[in-house]
Amino acid sequence: MTTPIDVLYKKKLQAIDRIYNKTYFSDKIIYVGMASCEIAAGSKEIMEIFKDAVKKGTIMTYVTQRGCVGLCSVEPTVDIVEKGKMSVRYINVNAEVAKKIIEEHLKKGQIVKEHAYFGAKEKSIVICQGAFCLNSENQRIIEAFKENIENNNLKDKVEICFSGCLGMCNEGPIVIVYPDNIAYTKLKAEDVKLIVERHLIEGKPVEELNILKNGKPRFIKVFGTIDKFYKQKRIVLRNCGLIDPENIDEYLAVRGYESLAKVLTYMTPQQVIEEVKKSGLRGRGGAGYPTGIKWELTAKESSDEKFVICNADEGDPGAFMDRSTIEGDPHSIIEGMIIGGYAIGSNKGIIYIRAEYPLAVERLNIALEQAKKEGFLGENILGSGFSFDIEIRLGAGAFVCGEETALIHSIEGHRGMPRPRPPYPSVKGLFDKPTLVNNVETWANIPVIIISGSEWFSEIGTKRSKGTKVFALAGKVKNTGLIEVPMGTTLREIVYEIGGGILNDKKFKAVQTGGPSGGCLAEEHLDTPVDYESLVSAGSIMGSGGMIVIDEESCMVAVAKFFLEFTQDESCGKCTPCREGTKRMLEILTRIVEGKGQEGDIEKLERLGDMIKKASLCGLGQSAPNPVLSTIKNFREEYEEHIKNKKCRARFCTNLLTYEITDNCTGCTACKKVCPVEAISGSPKQKHLINQQICIKCGACWRVCRFNAISRS
Amino acid sequence: MAKTITIYVDNKPYKVEDNQTIMQALDKIGYHIPRLCYHPKLSIEGACRVCIVEVEGMRNYVASCAYPVYDGMKIHTNTPQLRRARRDIVELIVDNHPMDCHTCDRNGTCELQRLTYSMGIKQRHFVGERKRYEKDVSFVSVIRDPEKCILCGRCVRVCSEIQGVFNLTYAYRGFKTVVTTAFDMPMAESVCSACGQCVNVCPTAAFLEKNNTQELFEKLRDPSLIKVVQFAPSVRAAIGEAFGFPAGVSKEKETVAALRKLGFDYVFDTQVGADFTIMEEASELLYRLKNKGKLPMLTSCSAAWMKFVEQFFPDFLDNISTCKSPMSMLGALIKTYFAQKIKVDPKKILSVAVMCCTAKKYEAARPELMVEGMRAVDIVITTRELAWMIKSAGIDFINIEPEEFDQPLGISSGGGAIFGATGGVMESAIRTAYELYTGEPLLDIEIQPIRGMKGIKEGVVDLNGEKIKVAVAHGLGNAIKLLEFVRKEPKSYHFIEIMGCPGGCIGGGGQPYAGYNSIPLDEEILKKRAEALYDIDRKKSIRAAHNNPILRRIYKEFLGEPLGEKAYKLLHTHYKPKYPKGIIPKELTFR
Amino acid sequence: MENLDSVDLEKMKILKDYLKNFKDKPRVESNLITILHKVQDIFGYLDRSALEEVAETIQVPTSHIWGVATFYHYFKLKKPGKHIISVCLGTACYIKGADEIIAKLKEELKTDVGGVSPDGLFSLEEARCLGACSLAPVVMIDGKVYGNLTPQSVTQIIKEYKSKHK
Repeated sequence: MTTPIDVLYKKKLQAIDRIYNKTYFSDKIIYVGMASCEIAAGSKEIMEIFKDAVKKGTIMTYVTQRGCVGLCSVEPTVDIVEKGKMSVRYINVNAEVAKKIIEEHLKKGQIVKEHAYFGAKEKSIVICQGAFCLNSENQRIIEAFKENIENNNLKDKVEICFSGCLGMCNEGPIVIVYPDNIAYTKLKAEDVKLIVERHLIEGKPVEELNILKNGKPRFIKVFGTIDKFYKQKRIVLRNCGLIDPENIDEYLAVRGYESLAKVLTYMTPQQVIEEVKKSGLRGRGGAGYPTGIKWELTAKESSDEKFVICNADEGDPGAFMDRSTIEGDPHSIIEGMIIGGYAIGSNKGIIYIRAEYPLAVERLNIALEQAKKEGFLGENILGSGFSFDIEIRLGAGAFVCGEETALIHSIEGHRGMPRPRPPYPSVKGLFDKPTLVNNVETWANIPVIIISGSEWFSEIGTKRSKGTKVFALAGKVKNTGLIEVPMGTTLREIVYEIGGGILNDKKFKAVQTGGPSGGCLAEEHLDTPVDYESLVSAGSIMGSGGMIVIDEESCMVAVAKFFLEFTQDESCGKCTPCREGTKRMLEILTRIVEGKGQEGDIEKLERLGDMIKKASLCGLGQSAPNPVLSTIKNFREEYEEHIKNKKCRARFCTNLLTYEITDNCTGCTACKKVCPVEAISGSPKQKHLINQQICIKCGACWRVCRFNAISRS
Repeated sequence: MAKTITIYVDNKPYKVEDNQTIMQALDKIGYHIPRLCYHPKLSIEGACRVCIVEVEGMRNYVASCAYPVYDGMKIHTNTPQLRRARRDIVELIVDNHPMDCHTCDRNGTCELQRLTYSMGIKQRHFVGERKRYEKDVSFVSVIRDPEKCILCGRCVRVCSEIQGVFNLTYAYRGFKTVVTTAFDMPMAESVCSACGQCVNVCPTAAFLEKNNTQELFEKLRDPSLIKVVQFAPSVRAAIGEAFGFPAGVSKEKETVAALRKLGFDYVFDTQVGADFTIMEEASELLYRLKNKGKLPMLTSCSAAWMKFVEQFFPDFLDNISTCKSPMSMLGALIKTYFAQKIKVDPKKILSVAVMCCTAKKYEAARPELMVEGMRAVDIVITTRELAWMIKSAGIDFINIEPEEFDQPLGISSGGGAIFGATGGVMESAIRTAYELYTGEPLLDIEIQPIRGMKGIKEGVVDLNGEKIKVAVAHGLGNAIKLLEFVRKEPKSYHFIEIMGCPGGCIGGGGQPYAGYNSIPLDEEILKKRAEALYDIDRKKSIRAAHNNPILRRIYKEFLGEPLGEKAYKLLHTHYKPKYPKGIIPKELTFR
Repeated sequence: MENLDSVDLEKMKILKDYLKNFKDKPRVESNLITILHKVQDIFGYLDRSALEEVAETIQVPTSHIWGVATFYHYFKLKKPGKHIISVCLGTACYIKGADEIIAKLKEELKTDVGGVSPDGLFSLEEARCLGACSLAPVVMIDGKVYGNLTPQSVTQIIKEYKSKHK
C-alpha cells in the first residue's frame, strides 16, 4: 500500500529534478530579494535590469526571486550563485550597482567587492546546525576549524558559516565546503586539520573521509551563511531567503510537506496534539497560551464543523515578522494549518490577513494553488482520506482584529469588535463552531516540531518558553531587520551583538517590546532574557515581536504618547474604559509634551491606566496603558521634568524648546522670512533676534538657517 | 438540570444554580450590581464595564453580566479599588456627556444620572474633549441626539434583535463611534418603523419622541378652537407609573379628569374607535372569507407595523385589512359625525390623541388618512408627554377626583379595552365575528391561547364547523418570523394580528420610563399592564364591540352599514410600498 | 441610480457580474468585507449606490454595511483624488520626522489628512507602517514608495505629479 509518506517522497524527487533541470541550463543563478520591504527599496527595478540583460542576451543567467533575509537596513539584496564558485550576496544594490554586477561579475567574473555582503572570500565551510547535528562533537568541530583557519592564516580566504538542517540527519555532523559542493559527513573533530590542510589549502578533497559529491539527490543550496546571524537561530525563518516562495518545488526540496506526510502516515490526531503539547510551544501572537492545550480544547469539542484560523492580521507599528514569513515561506504556514486541522478534526482553514500586505496575499494565493495541485490541500490529501481546504480572508485596516473574537467577527462580515470570553473560540468561535486560532509564527513552528520532534524543540529556549522568537528589530540600532533568536537570549545580546549596538554610538536609553501593548524597558533590564514570564515581570510583554531600540535622543513621554495615539485610534469603541479612558490619557500626555502638564497628571495617568488594564473588555484595552505605565515606572523623572521644569531632556518635544540666534548669524534674513508669526526681527546683514514671547517654537527658522546660527535647547 | 453550586459573595457563601452569569446569580440573592448596557431581553454586550466585580484568582475584573459562575467562585462586589474603578468608568461616560441635566428631557428618569449619583461622583478628574453631533430632528416620531448617547448599544440591539428593523447601527469606531442609520441618513429617510423602542430602552436622552407638548399647550389656550382629546387603552394602564403608582393600576377616570383640567372641552375614549375597528374588521374578515378575498388577513391598527410592512413586506400589502386604526377612525368620526352633532365647522376642532406610541405621530400625519382634506388627528402626544404636561400644569394627579368620559364617544365595550394587549384585537374580533357569522353570542369569550407574552401565538375558532385559524405576533421580530412562515405556507392562517411593540400597545414606545432598579420592557411590568386592561374588560357590562349601543346608534344615524359606502370612505384606507426598501437578513445575527 | 453617468453604469455592471458569485451562497453575509474590497477596487471608494446594490443582492441591511464600512480604515467613504498619497506613520517614520512631511503635504495640498486637494488631484492619507522602515520617512503615491524624504524633497515630488496634469 502506498502511504502518504511514499507519495510525498516521490513528489519530492520529481520536484528536485525539476529544479535541477530548470536551473542547470545556465551556470549562474541570480536571486533578487523580493519581499515587500525589498520591493519598496527598489528591488523590482533591479529585477527588471537583470531580466532585461537576460532578454537582450547580454548574460546567460537564470533570474529568480526569494523572500526576506532580514537585512532590512541594507536592502535591496541580490545573490549570485554560480556553479563551482562561492555564492555572493550583494547589498544596497541600486540600478548602478546592478549594472556593475552585470558588467563585472556576470560577464567578467570579478566580484564587486564594495557591495558584497559575503561571498567575496575564496572558500566557505558550512557547518550544519540542524537538530541532529547539534551535539558536542559539532561544537568541537567548530572550534577545530576556527583554530586551524587561524593557525594557517586563512582568515581572509575562508569563511565559516552555519546552516539550518541540511536534511541529511543520519549523516551528521556535516560540513560542506564551497564552492566545491563537497560534503563531509559523519565528521569527527580530529579530521578537521586534514580538511583544512589538504582541501582548503591545497584544493584537494580528502577522499578518505566520508564525502558526498554534489549533494544530489539531496537538495543542498546553502547560501544561508549565518555568520552575520550570530546568536540567531532560524526555525520559523528557516526557509526565508533560501527558497523561491512562489515555487513549491523548492519547498518540497527542503523537506516541505514531509511533516504533513509523517502525520498522515504515522500519527493519530491525539498523538499530534501530544507532540505539540510536549514541545512546549506557546502562542506567538502575544499572550503565550500553550498551543497544545488550545489544540486539545478545540479537539475535544464535538461538532459537525470546526475551523482552523491563521491570524495574519499583524498590525503593530514597526512589526513585519509575519509578513516576511508569509512572503518568504508561505507553504510552511499552510502545512502547519493542515496538520492543525488533522489534529482537531477540522476540514476548513481560513487565513485572515491584512489587506495592506498585497504581496503576501499574492504569494499565499500562489502557494494555495500549488498545494492544491500537488494534492496537499483538498479532498483525500496524499491518499490519507483526510480532506482540508484553506481560504483567504482580507482584513481592512483594524488593529483590534488581531484579537481573536474580533477577528472571528470580521471573518463573519461584522464590525471587528471583540466580545466577552467565555465562551472561548475553542468552544464557540467562527459561526459559533469550535475554532482554533493561532498566529503565523505559531503555525510556522508546527512542521519543524513534527519533523524534528518535540524533544528537540523543547531543548531550545528556557524552562517555560520553548523554541525561538522572531523579532523585527528597529529603531536606533546599527543593524535593523528581522531576527530570530532562541528564547532566553538576553535583550543585551540582541541590542549589542545582533543589532550591533546603538546607531552613531549614542547612549542606549530603552528598548520597547510588544508594540503598543508592550512596555519600555530601561538599561537595568538589558540582561532580561527574552521569554514570556521574564519580560512580563520586567514590566513589558513578549508581544508579537516588535522590538524598538530607543536612544538618548528620544523622549520617553513622546514615545509613550506615540503608542497610546496608536491604540486610541485603533480602539474599537465598544467598551468604556478603552474608548473613553485612552482618550483622556492621550489628552493628558499631549498636554505634558506641550508643556502644559499639571501637578497630579502622572497620578491621573496611573489611575486611569490601572483601571483600563483591569476593566477593559479585550486584550487591546487591557494592554493599551502599558507603554505609558512602563515609561512612568522606568522614566518617571522625564515626566516630572516635563511637568515641573517644562523641559525635555531629549530635546524632542518642540514646545519645550527655546530657539535663540547665535553670533553665527550673518543677517541673511532667511529666518525672518520664514517665521510664520513674525517673531524674528533684525536688519539685513545684522544679527537677528527671536522674540520669545511671540515664538511658537515651530522650528521653521532652525530648519531654514544655513549658517548653524540658531540654537535649540 | 441545573446543578447547585456554592459561590462566595463578599466572603459569605451562597447556594446558587450553575449555568448562569454572576449578575443573574447576584440578582437572585439580593444584590443589584450597577449596570448600564445589560438588558435581560437583549444579547450580552459586556461593553459598559459598569457591572464589573472582582473574582479571586483573576488578574482583571470581570463583567458580571457576561461571566458564568462556577463552584467555589469567590466574588467581591465592593472593594475600595473596585468601587473606584467603577466610579471612574462612570465618570468617563459623564465626561463625554453634555451634562445639561437640568434642561434635559430625561431629567429625573435618566439612568446615567442615577448611576452618577450612586457611584458618588462628586468631582470630575478627567474632563477633556467632548463629542459633538447635530441632533437629528427630521422625523415626526423619534429624534436622535448622539451627543447624549453613551454607546450602551441597547437601541441598536432592540432595533435588530427584538424588532428586526436593523435601522440603527454603530458606525465609525473608537472615540468616534456613533449610533446612526445607514449612510448617516436622517431618521425621516430611513427604514425606521417609528416604534420608539429605542426611546424605551435608551438610558439617557439619545433617543426621544418628537415632543409636541409645547405646541399643544399653546393650542389649548386658543379660544377659537374646540379641543377634543381621545386616549388609548394602554395609556390608562401605564400612566400611573409615571406618578409612582405600581404597575397594573388603571387610571382611566383620573386621566379623563386631568385632561379636562388641562383645558380639553371633550374627552373621548379611543376604545370607542377600537369598537368601530372591530366592527369593520370583523365584517371585512367575513367578507374575505365569503368572497375568496386575499387571506390571511392582517390587522392594520399598529402604526409601527404599518410603516414596517410598507417598507419590508410590500408583497403583503393586499393582505392588510383596509381598516384604519382606532385612533384614526375615532379622529375621522370626531371631525365628521361629532362636528355635525355639535354643529361646528370641523376646521375649528383641535383633534388630539394621547397614545402609548411614537409611531402614531407618524400615522396622524399620513396623507392617506386625511378626512375631507383635514387631518383626523391634529396632534399626538405620548403617555410620557401627557404625564409631563400634567406635572407641568401643576395638576395633582395622585389625589385627583375621577371623572367620566364625555358622550357620545365615551362608551366602549370590553373588547375595545383589551386592544392594548397583544392578542386583544384578535380576541375582540373573534367575539364579534363569531356572533356576526353564527348569529349566536360567543359564550367563552376569554380566549386564553392568544393571551400572554409568548412571541407568536395561535388558535382555532370554530364558526359553525368552519375552522378559522388565527395567529398573533407582537414585536416586529416575531412578525418577521410569522410572515416568513406565511410566505412559505400561505394557507396556514385566515387571520393574523400583528402588533409592532413587544406586549402590544402596553409596551409601546411612548410609555413611562422604567423606575429605579427596574428595566424598560420588563416582562413582569408588561404583564401587569395587560392585566389592568383585562380587568377593565371583565368589569364591563358590554364585552363585545357589536353590542356597544353608541356604535349601533352611529351606524344607524350616520355611517350606514359596516363596509358600506360611507363607512368605507371614512374608516378605510389603502397602503403603498415605501422607500427605502427594508432588508431582512437571512442569517445575520447581531454582534 | 438614475444620476449615474455612463462610467458609473459600466462600473455598476462589473459589480453586478461579480455579485452573481455570491447569490445563494451559504453564509453569504460573511463575505461582506471581501465584497467591500471589490467595490473599492471598482469604484475607488465605497459608492453609496454600489453599497445599496450589495445590500440588495446579499440581503444584508444597509445599516449593517454602513457599520462595517465605517469601522475599517482601509475603506474610503468619499471619492478620492486622482493620486493617493499615504504618509507612513510607522514607528521608524515617526521617529525620523514623518510629522514634518505630513505638515508640508497639508500645506502643499491645502487639505487635511483624510481629505482631497481642492483641485481633485490628491487624496492625503495616513498609513500604518508601510514596511519600508529602512527608508524612513516614506510616502507612498499610487503604490510607489518614496523614501528618505525631507519636506523639500516631498514638495518636489508633488510638483512633478502636478506637472503631469498641466
